[in-house]
Amino acid sequence: MSIHEMGGVEAPGDAVHARHANAPYEAVFVGARRQELDELLTRYPSKMAALLPALWMVQHDRGWVSEEGMAEVARLLDLTPAYVKGVVTFYTMYHQHPVGKYFIQVCTTSPCQICGAEEVVEAFLRHTGCQELGVISPDERFTVIEVECLGACGFATPVMVNEDFVESVTPEGVPELLSRYK
Amino acid sequence: MGFPHKSHARETAVLSQYFGDREAITLDGWRKRGGYVALERALGMSPSDIVNVVKESGLRGRGGAGFPTGLKWSFMKPGDGKPHYLCCNADESEPGTFKDREIMRWTPHALVEGCAIGAYAIGAETAYVYIRGEFTEPIERMEAAIKEAYAAGILGNNAMGTGKTVNVWVHRGAGAYICGEETALMNSLEGKRGNPRIKPPFPAVAGVFGQPTTINNVETLVAVPHILNNGADWYKKFSRADNPKSTGTKLYSVCGNIARPGNYEVAMGFPFKDFLYDLCGGPLPGRKFKAIIPGGISVPIQSINEAEASSMDYEGFVAQGTMLGSGGVIVVDDAQNLVKFIARAARFFAHESCAQCTQCREGTAWTTKILERIAAGEGTSEDLDTLLEIADNMTGKTICVLSDSCATPVVSGLKKFPGDFEALIKQKTHLLVPALA
Repeated sequence: MSIHEMGGVEAPGDAVHARHANAPYEAVFVGARRQELDELLTRYPSKMAALLPALWMVQHDRGWVSEEGMAEVARLLDLTPAYVKGVVTFYTMYHQHPVGKYFIQVCTTSPCQICGAEEVVEAFLRHTGCQELGVISPDERFTVIEVECLGACGFATPVMVNEDFVESVTPEGVPELLSRYK
Repeated sequence: MGFPHKSHARETAVLSQYFGDREAITLDGWRKRGGYVALERALGMSPSDIVNVVKESGLRGRGGAGFPTGLKWSFMKPGDGKPHYLCCNADESEPGTFKDREIMRWTPHALVEGCAIGAYAIGAETAYVYIRGEFTEPIERMEAAIKEAYAAGILGNNAMGTGKTVNVWVHRGAGAYICGEETALMNSLEGKRGNPRIKPPFPAVAGVFGQPTTINNVETLVAVPHILNNGADWYKKFSRADNPKSTGTKLYSVCGNIARPGNYEVAMGFPFKDFLYDLCGGPLPGRKFKAIIPGGISVPIQSINEAEASSMDYEGFVAQGTMLGSGGVIVVDDAQNLVKFIARAARFFAHESCAQCTQCREGTAWTTKILERIAAGEGTSEDLDTLLEIADNMTGKTICVLSDSCATPVVSGLKKFPGDFEALIKQKTHLLVPALA
């Protein structure tokens, strides 16, 4: 099944889930992180408003947002795990399963498309060894997805590698770019 | 200025004058460039006096709708005993638009100052800057600027030593175009799914956290300090002699098939033809312009004749069959078939639909399917009628305008470039890249 048939979300293989399922969950909000969350709560009149920032912290520290991560956040913000899951599934940037060490998002929306973004996607799929969108590469380094408008259309094609924002990527520039991410 | 290019002599660089200037990013650098003088002035004025100056300047919302900013601020009733909030919409996600990104990257203190003045003017003690999750660098710079402003006593419980409370915080989105819709933005800020709300109640009555709220675009807020420093009359001068309804300068992000893509700032009423050929350098070598979308992908596509006859202001673009929108200029040249371009736009909207309303949830998906079928050389002439029928059912019938936005390029594209559709249907050629088909 291709990424588009999945409605644009990354499709994890069962094997990927199995590989990480046995690792015990380690709480995120202890020590400095807990302090950071407490400080954050002073900025809003409701606890719920800290949900998106709290989920960002989970993803930053663990690489993805697991069911256990959602449960931890739910407990701290007086929400139910089901509610938190409902929110997580709305936002495309929260990974609901593990992804490659480097998560690559290539903008392919219309303005980038007419500047050759599809060839850039192809180059990423070929040079990462992913072959397919949304999967983890055999060496577990990369996952490549097409992303909707990154908001840098004048610098086609913009690409995000984890938190790095890279402008004006061409198919020829892909191998060099990838070599920066070991 | 024409960032990342050198400024063009015909630009009017007010908001963008420090783009590319690394010193302007820091508080010291910003102060050397006249920063926070306007905030100091504002905190010494009454909120209603600030609202009146902004009203008098003619400033209109730069996010897309063009609603008069002073009027919007005047809806916030002082002394109602409720906490008020200012939300700055920095969710810049409209395809073709990347101006707010540069404002936040190069002049983060300009936005902190604009937010602080805006919050004070509407009786709010807190402003939230909702920035799209992908904008990692703008988020970093905004957070650093806010930290500097608190440390310097510009923000906080005794803002600039006046005893007034002004807080500004960054709130990071997580990947949802729809959160740029103001009521979806408020839901998202509250920690909910970003579904747009039914209006009324309007945000000024019951907005974020159920309290009176004003939502302003980044570019709108950064214009305010300049208006307070130079006066409403100064701002009004940036307009066409025969059109006082659009005033000030406007940032345009230019992308697609054009020689010099990037950001440009011109006075309202600038001739679009000169803008495209002179400032932006015209088409790529050996190509010709074919179609232009001047205000982000949600506004109607213009033929090149319409574009060349346009005056760059709210009324000027409407007179030529489109809208100023967000100022995201997308240029398509004669090497492109518009069907594929529009199909990709439809897929964008299908992906970004929040799926509350049937017309949008189903309509965006059906439109995408049909357009991709035509692009693949498998379309029929009946498909064109079906597209228009779906578009009709998607327009003016939903909670927000995402659905309408998906229909817009379809309807305007079919009307102005029917040959692109017919050629694919008759010749049965396909346009999809084989590896991705």
